[in-house]
Amino acid sequence: FYDEAEARKYTQNSRVVEIQSQMSERAVELLGLPEDRPCLLLDVGCGSGLSGDYISEEGHYWIGMDISPAMLDVAVEREVEGDLLLADVGHGIPFRPGMFDGCISISAVQWLCNADKKSHSPPKRLYRFFSTLYTALARGSRAVLQLYPENSEQLELITAQAMRAGFIGGMVVDYPNSAKAKKFFLCLFVGTSGTLPKGLGTESANEELHQAKFTNERTRFRNVKGKSVKKSRDWILEKKERRRRQGKEVRPDTKYTGRKRRPHF
Amino acid sequence: MKLLTHNLLSSHVPGLRPGGGFPLRIELGHPSELPPEPLPNYEADEEFLRRLHHVLLEVEVLEGSLQCPDSGRRFPISRGVPNMLLTEDEA
Repeated sequence: FYDEAEARKYTQNSRVVEIQSQMSERAVELLGLPEDRPCLLLDVGCGSGLSGDYISEEGHYWIGMDISPAMLDVAVEREVEGDLLLADVGHGIPFRPGMFDGCISISAVQWLCNADKKSHSPPKRLYRFFSTLYTALARGSRAVLQLYPENSEQLELITAQAMRAGFIGGMVVDYPNSAKAKKFFLCLFVGTSGTLPKGLGTESANEELHQAKFTNERTRFRNVKGKSVKKSRDWILEKKERRRRQGKEVRPDTKYTGRKRRPHF
Repeated sequence: MKLLTHNLLSSHVPGLRPGGGFPLRIELGHPSELPPEPLPNYEADEEFLRRLHHVLLEVEVLEGSLQCPDSGRRFPISRGVPNMLLTEDEA
C-alpha cells in the first residue's frame, strides 16, 4: 500500500483525481440510493478521501477504511467530512449488523488478492471481508466495488468469495471494447434480487454478453434444457434441496455427498 | 472520530460471543455535557436535542482509546482516527 511520498503524489496528480472522481460518481450511481434522503455509506479503501469527497458532495454521510496511515494522514489534512478508520478490511468490517445503506470501493479490492503475509491466504481474506461486509450492510442495500482485476482467475476468485458470503449480483463492465476506458464494477446486492444495471458504452444487442450474472443457484453442468446432468453432484444437491423444501427429512450435505464411489458399487 | 461513528463500531476480533464486542468503551478524561439518561419527553425538548446533535455529530474524539467490553482489548485513537488493525494472532 502507499507510503507518504506516494500518498502525496497520488492525491496531487490531477489526472488521478479526475479518474477517481468519475469512478466514484459512477459507483454511487450504481448504488441506486433513494433520492429523497441522505444515506450512510462505507468507503472501503478510502485513501486520501477523494471518493469520500464525492459522497459528501451528494449530501450523504460516510465512514472510510484504509490500511495506509500515510493516505489517511492526507485525508485528515484535507479535512474530509467522513470519519476514518485505520484498518485492514481482510480482517473484517468492525461494525454492528445492518448499519450501512450502501458501500463503495474505488480501486481497492484487488489488493486483497495480494498474499503479503504468510498466515492468511487471499481466499480466506476475501471471504472474511465479504462476509463481514454482508453483515454490516442493511437489507436491500448494495455494495459497488470498482476494481482492476489482474486476470480472469482473480476476478473469479473475488466473485466466488462474494457469492459464498451470501451476496447476489454481478459484474457491470463499462466501455468493454476500449482497453483504456474499460472499468469493472462488482455490484453486490444484500437480500433483494435487483436487476443488474447496464454497463456504459455497450450497444443494447451486446449487453448480455458483457455482463456476468451470478446467483447462489448451482448453474454449472447445465445441459440444453437448463437442468443439471442427471446423477451429478449438482443434481443430487438440487434434489436434496427440493425435498427439504417439501418438508421431507434429508441427510445433511457433506463432503461425501455425491462423491465418486469405487467402481464395484 | 464522531460519536455517531462510535455508536456503530464493534470489535471484529474473531471468537467473541454473538453480539459481543459492542459497545466499545471510550477512554479519555472528558466529562459529558449530557444527562446520563434521556428524559421521558426528550423528542420535544429542543435544548436536549440540540445538545444531543452537538455531541453525536460535532464532537470528535481525537486522542484516547476504545476498549472491547468482552476481551478488554484496546484500539488506540490518534488524530481522530481509530487504529483497528489486528495482530497476526488475532486475525
